[in-house]
Amino acid sequence: MIGIVGYGSHIPRYRIRVEEIAKVWGADAPSYKKGLGLNEKSVPAPDEDCATLAVNASRNALRRANIDPKQIGAVYVGSESHPYAVKPTGTIVSEALGACPFVHTADLEFACKAGTEGMFIALHLVKSAVVQYALAVGADTSQGAPGDALEFSAAAGAAAFIMGSKNLAAELLDTHCYMTDTPDFWRREHAYYPEHGGRFTGKPAYEKHLFSATAGMLEKAKLKPEDISYVIFHQPNGKFPVNAAQKLGFKEPQYKLGLLCPTLGNTYSGSSPMGLAATLDAAEPDRLILLVSYGSGAGSDAFVFRTTKKLLEIRDLAPKTRKQLDEHKQYIEYGTYAKFRRKILRPE
Amino acid sequence: MNEVAVIGVGMTKWGELWEKSLRDISVEAALKCLDDAGVDKVDSITVGTMSGGLFNAQEHLGSLVADYLGQRFVPATRVESACASGGLAVKTAYMEVASGLSQYALAVGVEKMTDVDGGDATFALATASDYDYEGFHGITFPGLYALMAVTHMKKYGTSLEQLAQVSVKNHHNGSMNPHAQFPCPVTLDQVMTSTMVADPLRLLHCSPITDGAAAVLLAPVAVAKKMNKPYAVITGIGHASDTIALCQRKDFAKLEVVEVAVQRALKMAEKTIRDINFAEVHDCFSIAEIIVMEALGVVESGQGGPATMNGLTALDGGFPINPSGGLKSKGHPVGATGVAQVVEAVNQLRGQAGPRQIKNARTALTQNMGGSGASCVIHILEAR
Amino acid sequence: MGMHVARYWREIPERYRMEAGKCKKCGTIHFPARLICPGCQGREFATVRLSGKGELATFTIIRVAPTGFGDLTPYAVGIVKMDEGIHVMAQIVDCNPEELKIGDRVVSQFRRINQEGKTGMIIYGYKFVPDLGL
Repeated sequence: MIGIVGYGSHIPRYRIRVEEIAKVWGADAPSYKKGLGLNEKSVPAPDEDCATLAVNASRNALRRANIDPKQIGAVYVGSESHPYAVKPTGTIVSEALGACPFVHTADLEFACKAGTEGMFIALHLVKSAVVQYALAVGADTSQGAPGDALEFSAAAGAAAFIMGSKNLAAELLDTHCYMTDTPDFWRREHAYYPEHGGRFTGKPAYEKHLFSATAGMLEKAKLKPEDISYVIFHQPNGKFPVNAAQKLGFKEPQYKLGLLCPTLGNTYSGSSPMGLAATLDAAEPDRLILLVSYGSGAGSDAFVFRTTKKLLEIRDLAPKTRKQLDEHKQYIEYGTYAKFRRKILRPE
Repeated sequence: MNEVAVIGVGMTKWGELWEKSLRDISVEAALKCLDDAGVDKVDSITVGTMSGGLFNAQEHLGSLVADYLGQRFVPATRVESACASGGLAVKTAYMEVASGLSQYALAVGVEKMTDVDGGDATFALATASDYDYEGFHGITFPGLYALMAVTHMKKYGTSLEQLAQVSVKNHHNGSMNPHAQFPCPVTLDQVMTSTMVADPLRLLHCSPITDGAAAVLLAPVAVAKKMNKPYAVITGIGHASDTIALCQRKDFAKLEVVEVAVQRALKMAEKTIRDINFAEVHDCFSIAEIIVMEALGVVESGQGGPATMNGLTALDGGFPINPSGGLKSKGHPVGATGVAQVVEAVNQLRGQAGPRQIKNARTALTQNMGGSGASCVIHILEAR
Repeated sequence: MGMHVARYWREIPERYRMEAGKCKKCGTIHFPARLICPGCQGREFATVRLSGKGELATFTIIRVAPTGFGDLTPYAVGIVKMDEGIHVMAQIVDCNPEELKIGDRVVSQFRRINQEGKTGMIIYGYKFVPDLGL
């Protein structure tokens, strides 16, 4: 049996409301809020980036896993905002945790799916018994172009999972993947902001891959939507995952725990992993969790987990995701936001 | 060991000296000093500068000054102890004469800080801290002294007005000093409403960035006697170091380095603090003067603020401090400060301080300090 | 003037993991680690990792920042008394600096300290955040 031994998340303290952003660009805030299912999003401070979020989330995962970091045999960091184009984030995380030097690390990128990519690899690596424990992190401080729709939702956060084969808080039943080459959203190397296909990002992209992966996963695991207690879909806004859930036969009590986007925003590689972390914080033991991510480009990773009683013993050992999301928030206005996100720069 | 006298002093005007280079001001101060002493040729030169490298891309200052002063082949040394470099230069010159290695030993303190921009100047100054464990974290020098101020205010109830009064008093003195960078009085209100730099220290609690030089010439007392004019004798020296990082000190509201140095100086001079008539101290920030006067034993711990407010340290007070205007009004060209303190002390002891003259000035103490209190050089001088 | 790679890399154990040295003779903890104990002159040390928890002993708010720290102004820098009994200087972030008080419980966090321009190295290290008891 393989699965999750420890998990953790990290959310920056700062928030900006949809109204603040709408005000600057002359957009109609109520209709954006309604259309996106979004009220506010997290903003990373100038001294936070993908690496810092990844380290802090991973440290929380380590607290719950309660293992010697030197036992971690692999570290995978998935992001679309790695601090360096060339120089691994994985080694920064490994050093900060104390996992070096006998550790395999890789940086992953697949738009919003890079976190679950790492989880897929980590789980199967543990399954092959090549390593005892493997850490997968989804962390992002992604950017939305000024005045673009994505500016309302592009947020920052991280979730980390330590996979192992004993003392599991959640056992893995199976995984399933669905990929095609679909250019719905991308960023070229020297471009600062991404570009996207507008409405094309809906049906042919998010829906097609997420729905196919979900259907395929349920069939593979011989399960029906009613068998799943908790479902987490990738959350680029508050609307897509709710529509997906309804169309796929899931009800509000099933997706409630894992739906963070309305007050968190889209944390890209952190998106569905953070939904999973929030779910684990409150799930009952011996229940099934379905996690389906989506990354533009495009593809979805699906996982079915079963929670254990061990989960109850470990979840108070580190900060809970909803608590980080809801408490001690510091709201900022657009000018500070633009400065924090380096949309306006001092001359060097 | 020979007894050592100060037989000549000199300094340039201090301020933003755009037209004068590092070597210009060094030589100007040294020449004034040599002329004051009536001496042409020296036997050694010690230059005190915090960082010729970072401010001027120029090291090897001993040779530079010896060369441009026209003292070819004279042995020349550059000494450094951050902001105590000047005091250290005087001590080094003292050792030259006391040991008999030199008859005439010149000490020149100089810093030319305006050849780099503000950001680079701040960086250069930050290297006086524990750079990897203090400067690295974005602390500035006002910040380091602000940490001391916060602790002192919490522990003893020292008030913002008392801190401001240090600047008011020093500016009052400096307004009578033609060499000062800011020879103008300031009011308590001006100090209390100036721009906040690092809470609770405001702009007018902080010494400025300054270009300037000062020089003193030392010789054996036997030589000074023959000159038939008033001179001063260095009767006590106290030199100490302490942890480079502020957070590793025992008490952030104290400057233990000063307590140790003054004990050594007083012991050597066979004096107590009660025998000292006045002092030039290192008021890089107003809180420094308050803590230093406590460390010297002028007042009990925690009483520096009230004593300042009550006028103890005013020119006509029981223990005048910084008759020159201190670092605040006179300026703080880092390496020059310690030497200029001795220049002021000697002028006072000779009775040549003009409107700033302290009555019955017989015994002086100069206290020069490096970084956040990681080094301190104290000299005790007596009139003869 | 920047922080060159070797100088930065050498301090990773201290900056990333807050590793300190504990004197084997007298038990005093030193951060950063030293070669000789100033107390007992001992020369053997064990590596210990600081817990990251402590309380604020003193702090100031930097309003005129050195180059590279301008985007964070005004920010708090303080001295934290770690639970291990030693003092460490660092920024205190994720808070309104004016609301900090001496005695506040704080906890260390991995943050970005500085960067060498747009294309140079990114320098990571420890800062402290208020301990919110989450």
